Amino acid sequence: MALQTPPLRAVHADRGAKFTEFGGWDMPVEFDGIQTEHAAVRNAAGLFDVSHMGEIEVSGPDATELMNRLTSNNVAALDAGEAQYAAITTGDGTMLDDTVVYLLPDGETYLFVPNAGGDDDIFDRWVAHRDRWDLDASVENATEEYAMFALQGPEAVSVADDLADEHLGGLSRFTATNATLAGAECLVARTGYTGEDGVELLLSQTDAESVWNDIADTGDGSVQPCGLGARDTLRIEAGFLLAGQDFHPETDPRTPFEAGIGFAVDLDTEFVGRDALADATDPDEQFTGFKLTERGVPRHGYDIVNTDNHVVGTVTSGTMSPTLGEPLGMGYLPIEYADPGTNLRVVVRGSQKDARVQQLPFYKP
Amino acid sequence: MSFDIDTDCRYLESHEWVRPDGDTARIGITDFAQDELGDVVFVELPSEGDDVTRDAEFGVVESIKAVSDLYAPVSGEVVAVNERLFDEPELVNDDPFGDGWMLEVAYEESDFDGLLTAKEYRDQTE
Repeated sequence: MALQTPPLRAVHADRGAKFTEFGGWDMPVEFDGIQTEHAAVRNAAGLFDVSHMGEIEVSGPDATELMNRLTSNNVAALDAGEAQYAAITTGDGTMLDDTVVYLLPDGETYLFVPNAGGDDDIFDRWVAHRDRWDLDASVENATEEYAMFALQGPEAVSVADDLADEHLGGLSRFTATNATLAGAECLVARTGYTGEDGVELLLSQTDAESVWNDIADTGDGSVQPCGLGARDTLRIEAGFLLAGQDFHPETDPRTPFEAGIGFAVDLDTEFVGRDALADATDPDEQFTGFKLTERGVPRHGYDIVNTDNHVVGTVTSGTMSPTLGEPLGMGYLPIEYADPGTNLRVVVRGSQKDARVQQLPFYKP
Repeated sequence: MSFDIDTDCRYLESHEWVRPDGDTARIGITDFAQDELGDVVFVELPSEGDDVTRDAEFGVVESIKAVSDLYAPVSGEVVAVNERLFDEPELVNDDPFGDGWMLEVAYEESDFDGLLTAKEYRDQTE
């Protein structure tokens, strides 16, 4: 299979990036080292190319109804320029994907961001349901028109503000506005997936290179280009899910309640999976964080055992935390093992390492 | 991009080096290998008195993004382990041919037969 290349692959290669396959895309995994990039986001500002994320636009008289019937949150509650986190669930209430839904500042068009590699399937799902329900809505997969950047960290908003013609500092969390940034028309949203404050930018691929370079070269090099490696360690510290890894529609189907994102489910709306979820608000298993208290690194797929040596779960994500210097992991555990302080073990290459359940998120700025 | 290569060392294709020093030899991983791995966060090594076997796994090095097995370039008894790496695994990145060494092994001169020379190893990585 040929990998899709982000619009700026050559620009990233010039800056010394190393690349990895992710969701069918050939993406930068690191520029100057994962720990360096991670620290820059926690302490100042980092810039990520997340153009592998999908963009799907929905408009027309029945757009709100179509969005509401296919996502778990209440789209009708959005005012122009607002965004919300939501799950995309099947009829049995398990997640196909998680996404952020924006009602664009025009107040008429929804734009949502499925995970990398999932945009074609999600687009097909939207079109098929629109036709089945006979709704009047236009659905467009705009993934190949947009570049998407995430500028994240305590200094990110002021960096964006300095480069924008408009004042961005007043933008609230989970809202978006149209702005001219580094000379290009952008949708600027105060969202992100690192646990830090910051903005995400959606812009035409035509403008991507100049905007990337203007942000990356701003000031005295205070903005660190970052790859997917640091994006992963940052989101793990923040306790955020990665679709396909912390849940998977075929190999590890999970409900939003199991995954700890019940806040993104509005059972007062009618959506695919709603009835199943109404009966599943108290799941038997819970997405849970833990740290190893011995040397080692928990990784996806490792078994979690209780003190009686029974396998009680599997690590879905893990890393050596750059900020905390501790080996951190997450996975689904029966609720009797999910209380902070519970002692467990993780099987690392055949040897059991002591672990202790921790409250998520592991790290809060 | 060019990587440091120590001409006093011999190499395995899997990027381990061995450098004789009297009756013993030190073992580590190359500059090329540490760069490929990225930030090293964990090293698992045998203990003093254990035996390692040429071309067999003797330990594991983990970076944030990858887990890699380590292969022994020579056979022999482990006479010293670089325990600094347990608390400072980043030494493997900072100084792979120096403070980032892993094991010291009692070896036989004949063990070097078939190992890559510095030039052969450089050719492989270019």
